[in-house]
Amino acid sequence: MSSTPPVWEYAPAPESREIARLRSSYGMFVGGEFSAGSGGSFKTVNPATEEVLAEVADTGEADVDRAVRSARRAFDGSWGRMPGRERAKYVFRIARLIQERSRELAVLESLDNGKPIKESRDVDVPLAAAHLFYYAGWADKLEYAVPASANGRRPRPLGVAGQVIPWNFPLLMAAWKLAPALAAGNTCVLKPAETTPLSALVLAEICQQADLPPGVVNVLPGAGGTGRAVVSHPQIDKIAFTGSTEVGKEIARAAAGTDKRLTLELGGKAANVVFDDAPLDQAVEGIVNGVYFNQGHVCCAGSRLLVQESIADELLGALRRRLATLRLGDPLDKNTDIGAINSAEQLAKIRELTASGDAEGASRWSPPCTLPDRGFWFPPTVFTGVSQAHRIAREEIFGPVLSVLTFRTPDEAVQKANNTPYGLSAGIWTEKGSRILWMAQRLRAGVVWANTFNRFDPTSPFGGYQESGFGREGGRHGLEAYLDA
Amino acid sequence: MPERVTASRAPVRKTYKLYIGGAFPRSESARSYVVDSARGGFLANAAQASRKDARDAVVAARKAFGKWSQATAYNRGQVLYRIAEMLEGRRAEFIDAVVAGEGVSARTARSTVDRAIDRWVWYAGWTDKIAQVFGGTNPVAGPYFDFSVPEPTGVVAVVAPQRSSLLGLVSVVAPVVASGNTTVVVASERRPLPAIALAEVLATSDLPGGVINLLTGITTELAPWLASHMDVNAIDLTGADPKQSTDLERRSADNIKRVLRAPAGGEPSWTGDPGVSRLGAFLETKTVWHPMGI
Repeated sequence: MSSTPPVWEYAPAPESREIARLRSSYGMFVGGEFSAGSGGSFKTVNPATEEVLAEVADTGEADVDRAVRSARRAFDGSWGRMPGRERAKYVFRIARLIQERSRELAVLESLDNGKPIKESRDVDVPLAAAHLFYYAGWADKLEYAVPASANGRRPRPLGVAGQVIPWNFPLLMAAWKLAPALAAGNTCVLKPAETTPLSALVLAEICQQADLPPGVVNVLPGAGGTGRAVVSHPQIDKIAFTGSTEVGKEIARAAAGTDKRLTLELGGKAANVVFDDAPLDQAVEGIVNGVYFNQGHVCCAGSRLLVQESIADELLGALRRRLATLRLGDPLDKNTDIGAINSAEQLAKIRELTASGDAEGASRWSPPCTLPDRGFWFPPTVFTGVSQAHRIAREEIFGPVLSVLTFRTPDEAVQKANNTPYGLSAGIWTEKGSRILWMAQRLRAGVVWANTFNRFDPTSPFGGYQESGFGREGGRHGLEAYLDA
Repeated sequence: MPERVTASRAPVRKTYKLYIGGAFPRSESARSYVVDSARGGFLANAAQASRKDARDAVVAARKAFGKWSQATAYNRGQVLYRIAEMLEGRRAEFIDAVVAGEGVSARTARSTVDRAIDRWVWYAGWTDKIAQVFGGTNPVAGPYFDFSVPEPTGVVAVVAPQRSSLLGLVSVVAPVVASGNTTVVVASERRPLPAIALAEVLATSDLPGGVINLLTGITTELAPWLASHMDVNAIDLTGADPKQSTDLERRSADNIKRVLRAPAGGEPSWTGDPGVSRLGAFLETKTVWHPMGI
């Protein structure tokens, strides 16, 4: 796909799909058993080839009700009464089992999601295991997790957690949600996204292998209706949602007037701010990693590049050269940098928003790039000449699309960076330490990456300001969201 | 305030107004409503704030947010302590206001006012401890320095408790501003006079105008505008009408407001140890990463 003649071509290095142990059909996981859902089944496809991967049980209200009851029984029964040190061992077991089956999970994730194998193998799966390891250690230390409460009461689990997760990091999001919930002593009803249910169902199998008591974790594949039934079920005590701001608002409205606890991880439109003294090569790598990682299907993606005017041309030249070396194609090829867009629907959204960029007068550029004939693909794209009023500068695109704006002074950078109803993440690139701290203090965002981007760690709280949601995941803060303290 | 009319002198009565942006305007709507004492007698006409007044108050709070949130925690603590000093100096006036409004004995009112003053002192001492208790460094697996700091959520609307007009009010307002938020407060509808007296204390303390804005009026009329206001970041529904609270929460979803629901079981006594949950309710956690290396 490179424009300038490449120095050398890489021979294909495909990972074997046999490792995924793909089955023709998958059931829902309720009460410790796999079974067919009451809603028939739906097909999940490989977005890189449009090939049907498997039939998956579709679930409806009756299944949600069964799952919630099963979770309630488990909470009232063995799991709720189990001492933290015992609960910890189960969470540790799940973490280990993920590590043992890491290759299988990575391949399965790339098949179902379209993300490059190097990312599922090196990021998604290891981080998922790390989250379970981190929170497993909290299970018997809950009284240290929350700033001392005045009444001296020990923190307690909330009960049954309904967890609805997105398609961009299917396994990782499942681990983010389950790990703190289980460590705190809650039981869970997890609904993976419609287009990427497979890794969560293998995770359910791992829960079986770990001998997790039946009902502690339930997994319900399905679409929006299933998610709505989960969050509106009267016996759910806690709702944790990661997804779009639009759906987050719907969920907040549905939870109004109830005593359900709520945490939301929603959209973003992060500013990645590059000053004239930034280390240029590192900044370029950070910009690429910031917005093209996972095909830009990242809520905290650095999709608005704010570059100091004096170095804009130089930086964009370097960025274009770098983008020309990215390899787009087969997600299972270990050389692939950019995989497939997760679904036809998502591809249509990206196309609509980028078309608005053209229509509103921004200039589009992509490296010369051959897209495969089948599957859902979008080339890495850069828009220059973007103004703050353009849709591509305001709306989350959730694809490999970068909008470039310029600024002259640090104050202007702060103002432009904060000019958004979102506030999930931000990036700063400068060699000047005092400026980093000054900027970091002023940016209204839950995560600020300075001279780096898209770093995650289970010990590190992650979450948004403003319409990017509330609550944090990761660290002590992530545990607090599952405790009544 | 009730005052004794003597044969020799008619006291100068007070006109009760709103407190917005450090100034004391009447309601732009020119409306007022009758405030009765706990025994049912006429106490005062309070300004009945309108939607426009609420919006003006939000504008004032937003304008004040930048400086207040960026002020040093030490400085915020000094300002909050100064409020306690001013309260202490007007202790007698507040005791009278609580007696008149809440119908309690002078003895009870005295202890209520003392607690309210002590509560300001408690929160004044919190400002420079919040970051250490709620934040910290994170031991990430990699060559990065990674730390989390709590920051204020922004402009917080507060529907103040209806019964406890002074201690309750102080208990909900002080934690909001201690952490660097600015606020628009809807005072107890039937017992607004201590809030107005508090506004006079705030105006003569070192608190910058706009950090705390106090509205008097009809709670069910004002709360929906604040709940659906797109420039309000959080709302405390402690004193909201239970019949209205579902609607207020629903409106709050329009911009993903942080909502502190009314305590289950109704208004608490406020006399107990406040703990840190109210401080935590209006904090965001910001995590900053930086590579480490040589």
